[in-house]
Amino acid sequence: MLEAPLPGGRGSVEPVRVSAASILLAEPRPQGSGMTKLAEIILVVLLTASLAIGLVPGASYSHQNRDITAAAPSLKFPLGTDDLGRDRLTRLLYATRISMLLAATAAAATIALAFLIGGLAGYYGGLCDRLIASILDLMLSLPWLFLLLAVRALLPLNASPVTSLIATYAMMAAVGWAAPARIVRAGVRNFRHSEFVLQARAQGCPETRVLLRHILPNLRPVLVAQFWTAIPVFILAEANLGFLGLSASDPFPTWGTLLKELQSPLLLRPEAFAPAVAIAVSLLCFKLITPWGGSQV
Amino acid sequence: MKNFFCRTAILAATLAGSSLAQSGGELRFCLRADPKTFDPLRVEDDNSETVRYITGGVLLRVNRKTQELSPELARSWKVDQQGRRITFHLRTGLSFSDGTPFTADDVAYTVTRLMDPKLHSATADPFRSSDAPPQIAVTARDTIAITFATPISGLERLFDQVAILSRHSPKKIAAVMGPFFVSEYKPGVEIVLSRNPYYWKLDANGQRMPYLDRIRLQIQQNRDMELVRFRRGELDLINSLDPEVFEQLARQSPESVSDAGASLESEMLWFNQVPTSAIPAHKREWFASQDFRRAVSEAINRADLVKLVYKGHAAPAAGLISPANKFWVNRSLAPHPFDARSATARLVKAGFTSHSDGLYDRAGHRVEFSVVTNAGNKTRERIAVMLQQDLEHIGIKLNVVTLDFPSLIERMTQTFQYEACLLGLTNLDLDPSAQMNVWLSSAADHQWNPNQKTPATPWEAEIDRLMRAQAAELRLAERKRLFDQVQQIVWEQEPFIYLINKNSLMAFSPQLRNQAPAAIQPQAYWNIDQMKKSTLVAGR
Amino acid sequence: MRRHLGKIVRQFAALLATAAIGGFLAAALVRNGPGFEADERDLDARLNDGSRAAIRAEHEERRDVVRGYLHQMRAMLHGDFGTSYSLQRPIGELIAARLPVTAQLMAIGVGGGWMLAFALALAAVLWPAVSRTVGALSTIALCLPSAALAIFMFVAGGPVRAIIALVLFPRLFDTLHNLFQAAYERPHVLTARAKGVTGPGILFHHILPICAPELLALAGISVVMAFGVAIPVETLCDLPGLGQLAWKAATARDLPLLVVMTLMITLLTQFCNTAANWLTREEQAC
Repeated sequence: MLEAPLPGGRGSVEPVRVSAASILLAEPRPQGSGMTKLAEIILVVLLTASLAIGLVPGASYSHQNRDITAAAPSLKFPLGTDDLGRDRLTRLLYATRISMLLAATAAAATIALAFLIGGLAGYYGGLCDRLIASILDLMLSLPWLFLLLAVRALLPLNASPVTSLIATYAMMAAVGWAAPARIVRAGVRNFRHSEFVLQARAQGCPETRVLLRHILPNLRPVLVAQFWTAIPVFILAEANLGFLGLSASDPFPTWGTLLKELQSPLLLRPEAFAPAVAIAVSLLCFKLITPWGGSQV
Repeated sequence: MKNFFCRTAILAATLAGSSLAQSGGELRFCLRADPKTFDPLRVEDDNSETVRYITGGVLLRVNRKTQELSPELARSWKVDQQGRRITFHLRTGLSFSDGTPFTADDVAYTVTRLMDPKLHSATADPFRSSDAPPQIAVTARDTIAITFATPISGLERLFDQVAILSRHSPKKIAAVMGPFFVSEYKPGVEIVLSRNPYYWKLDANGQRMPYLDRIRLQIQQNRDMELVRFRRGELDLINSLDPEVFEQLARQSPESVSDAGASLESEMLWFNQVPTSAIPAHKREWFASQDFRRAVSEAINRADLVKLVYKGHAAPAAGLISPANKFWVNRSLAPHPFDARSATARLVKAGFTSHSDGLYDRAGHRVEFSVVTNAGNKTRERIAVMLQQDLEHIGIKLNVVTLDFPSLIERMTQTFQYEACLLGLTNLDLDPSAQMNVWLSSAADHQWNPNQKTPATPWEAEIDRLMRAQAAELRLAERKRLFDQVQQIVWEQEPFIYLINKNSLMAFSPQLRNQAPAAIQPQAYWNIDQMKKSTLVAGR
Repeated sequence: MRRHLGKIVRQFAALLATAAIGGFLAAALVRNGPGFEADERDLDARLNDGSRAAIRAEHEERRDVVRGYLHQMRAMLHGDFGTSYSLQRPIGELIAARLPVTAQLMAIGVGGGWMLAFALALAAVLWPAVSRTVGALSTIALCLPSAALAIFMFVAGGPVRAIIALVLFPRLFDTLHNLFQAAYERPHVLTARAKGVTGPGILFHHILPICAPELLALAGISVVMAFGVAIPVETLCDLPGLGQLAWKAATARDLPLLVVMTLMITLLTQFCNTAANWLTREEQAC
C-alpha cells in the first residue's frame, strides 16, 4: 500500500494539530459552478420555506378543509390537498424541517458509532476484532423491531409526536451502525499495516491520532457514502415503521409519514410524489454543495 | 315464416350455447392469509371460515339475503322443551364428498366432537350453556334429537356454523357435505376446491349443483395487487372492497361493483372506565360522566366521516345493531346529531369550562386524552384524525396513538393502559345472544370495564337483567322488546360511541352469473353453489 | 494442516455459539416486547370463560423464555424445529417450502444489484459526464419505498422479483463509486494510466485490489441487506418466501418461528462475513 495522500495533497507526515472534523471538511467544493449555485439556491429556498412556514398566518399542517379534499394544485394550494383536505405543501414544509434534521443527525450518529466500533475492531485486531465481529453479526441478525416496540410502549401515551419521532430515530441510529461498521472494519484492517501508519507509530503518534489523522481520511469515501445512503434509508424505514405505530402519529407530518401514501400507488395522485422528490432534491443539493458530497456529483 | 324460424333457431342456439357455457369453469378470488385450520369445528379466523363455508354441509343455513333460516341437510327441525331440545329430520340418500353415506350417526358424531370439553373454539362455545354435555338420541337413520342441560336462545341458528363431519369416512375432515371439497393446498400460494360430485342440491331443472367446476382461493394480502389482478381478469370477485377502490373501479367499470348497503360492521370509540387502570383519577371521572360521553358523541361529525373516509358508502350509526340486521335493529333510534353547541352545553352542565386555550374541568385540568387504534389501518387512522379536529372545536385536545395490533390488544384486554380506544366491531351472528360476552358487566369483552364482580352502574345492572331475560325467553317478539330496551340504554349512556355502519362493497367479474350481493358475510359468495361463470360476455 | 483444521473447528464453534446467543437474545427481545401475551381471540365475543382460560394457559407455557429456548435447542439437535404458534404447522416444513422462493429472490437481487451498482459506479468514474445523471438516479431510487416500486413493477407487468436488485443497487452505488473514485486518483494509478495501461488492466490490477477489503465487506453485508429488503417486498407482493414468513412471525409474536429464523439469519450473516474476511486475507496474502 502506498502512502496515502494527506488532506491537501501533501505527501509528508507532520505532527500538525488538526481536528477530525477539519479532515472531513478538507477539499472544499469548487466554487462558482452553475450546478452548485443552483443547488445552493434550492436549498436556501427549501430551508427558508420550511423554517418560515410556521410564521405564515393560517398555514396549518393539521387543518382539514373538508370541502376541498383531494384537490388538484391551485393558487391557494400549490400542491393540492390530501384526502382530508389538508394543504400538502404546508405539510411537506413542516415535514422537511423535522425530517431533515432528525434523519441527518441519526445518520451522523450511526456513522460515528460505525467508525468508533469498526475502527477499534479493525485497528487492534486479534481477540478484540473477533469479539466485535461477532457482535456486529449479532447486531445485523437480531429482530430489533421488538426493541423499537418496547421503547414505544415505554413512552407515555400523551407524549408529543416529536418525542416519539426522536425516540424512533434514536433507536434506528442505535441499531443501524452494524453494517457500516463492517465496511469500516475492513478498511481499517486494510490500512493497519500500511507504511504510513507504521511510520506514524514509529514516530510515536498516539493510537487515537493514528486512527483520526491517518486512517480516517482514507475511510472518507466509505463513510461519506454510507452517510448519504443512511439518510433516505432511515426515512423509508420510518415510513415502514409507521405501519406498526412507530412513527409520528397523525396529523404530525414527516417525510416518512408522507411517503406512506406511495404504498398505495394505484390510488395515487401525482402530487403524492412530492415528498420523494423533496428528499431526492435535498440530498442531491447537499451532495453538490458540501465537501462531504463524495465525488460523483 | 322463414324469418321466424331463423330467429327461433338463432334464439335456441344462443340459449343452448349460453347454458352450456354457463356450466363449469373456475371461480378465482383471494384470501388474505392461509387458513389456520381445515377442521371446521376449530375455525376462528376469516380465512378458515371461508373454506368452511364453501366446503361444509350444515343442517340449517341462514339465508344471507333474507336472513331467514332455511333447511339444508335437515329437511325439517323442531325446538321444544323450552329451547333445550332440537330435533332434526334429515334428508336421506345423501353422501359425503368421498361417497360415504350420510346418516344421523354423523350428526351425532359431530355434536359429540363439538361438545368435547377439550375443544375450545368459537364454534363450540355458544352451545355450552352449562358444563353438562348434551344428550344425543339417534331415533332413526334420519332422525336425531339433541337435548341440552339448559335452554339456548336462538339454538337453531347456531347450526349455521356447524359443518357435519363423517364418523366413518377414512378421509376424516376432508370428507365434506358442501358444494366443494379441498383438492389441493399449496401453503402461501393457493387452495383449490373442486366440485363435490355427491353434492345433494339440484336446481329447478333437476341439474345437480354447483355449476362451477372449481374454486381457486389465492393467498393475497396486498389489496393493490388484488385490484390489479381483478382488473386484468385474473380474479373473478373481490369479497370486500375499500371505499376508495370501490370508487375507482366504479368509474372504470360501474357494472363490476356492488354496494349491498349497510353491513354488520361498525366503528366505535369508547373510554377506559376500568377502576384499577393507571389513568389519572380526574380522567376516569370525565369518562364515567354520561354528559361527557354524550358531548363527545355530539361533537363528532359523522356525516363527514361517511363522506370523506367512506366516500358515501356508509351511514352514521345509531347504536349497537346495524340496520343490516333487519329483525333486531331498534328503528326508533336515530344517530346522535352533530351539534357542537349542544355538546358544549352538556359539558358546561357537567362542570367543564371553556377557555381560549381549551376546555377545563372543575379541578382546572385541561381536557386532553389519547385515543389508541391499530396502526396500518388507513380508515381508522383517518377517522381518528377527523375526530381530533371535531373535538378541537369544543376545546378537547385529542392525541392519536397508533399501535401495532398485539400491543393494542394487550392494552385493551390485559394492562388497561389506554384512555380511549377506536376500533371496529363485526357482529358475526344476527342473534343478540351472541353478544352476551359484550353486554354482561361480568364478561371479558365488556370492553370499557370488563370482568366486573358487581355492575358498576345501575344502567349496566339493568342491561345485565335485560340480556339474561332475553336469553331465557323463547318468544321472539318478547326477546325483541327486551333487546330494544338494551339498545335504548346503550344509546342514552353511550359506553360505546358508535360512529358509522360500513356498507358491504364488492366487485364481480362480468363473466359471473347469479351473484346476489348481501350485507352479511360471506357477502359476495354466500350462494356459491348457484353461481355460474360464462364465457359469453355478450349473452348478458 | 493440523493448525488449519484446529482454526476451522474453532471458527465453526464460534459461529455456532454466536448463533445460539443470537437465538436466545431474539427470544428475550420477543418475550419482553409489548403484545407478547396478547391474543386476538380475546376479542371474540363467542368464546366462553373456559376457552379464555385455556388461551391464557397456552401463554403461560410460553412465558419462561430460558426453559422454552433450551427445550427448543434440544429438539433442534434432534432435527425437530418445533411448530409455528401462529401458523400451526411444523417450522421445518414452512422453511423448506419457502426457502427456494427467497433464495431465488436474493440471488437475483444481490447479483442484479451488484451488477447494476458496479457497472454504474464504474461508468460514473470513467465518464464524469454521466456521473451526475447516474448519481441522481441512484439518489431518486433510494427515496422510493420498495413497496411502491414493487407495485409499479407489477402493474407494468415487469419482473417483480427484480425489485430487490432495484432497491439494493442505490445502497451499494454510493460506496462503490466513492471507493473507485478514490482509487482512480491514487498516484500509482495515475502513473499506470500515464504509462498506457488500458481500462481493464487498471481495473483488475490496480483498482479492485485496492478496494477489495471494503468490497468484500460490502458484499458480505449486502446479503443481509437483501434479506432485509426481501421482507417488505415478499410481504407486499405476496411472494411466499422466508421474508414474508419473518414478517408474519414478528406480527404474531411467534416465538419458536422467530428463534429459528434468527438462528438462520445469524448463521447466514456470519457465513457471508467470514467468507469475506477469509477472501480478504487471501487477497492480501497475494
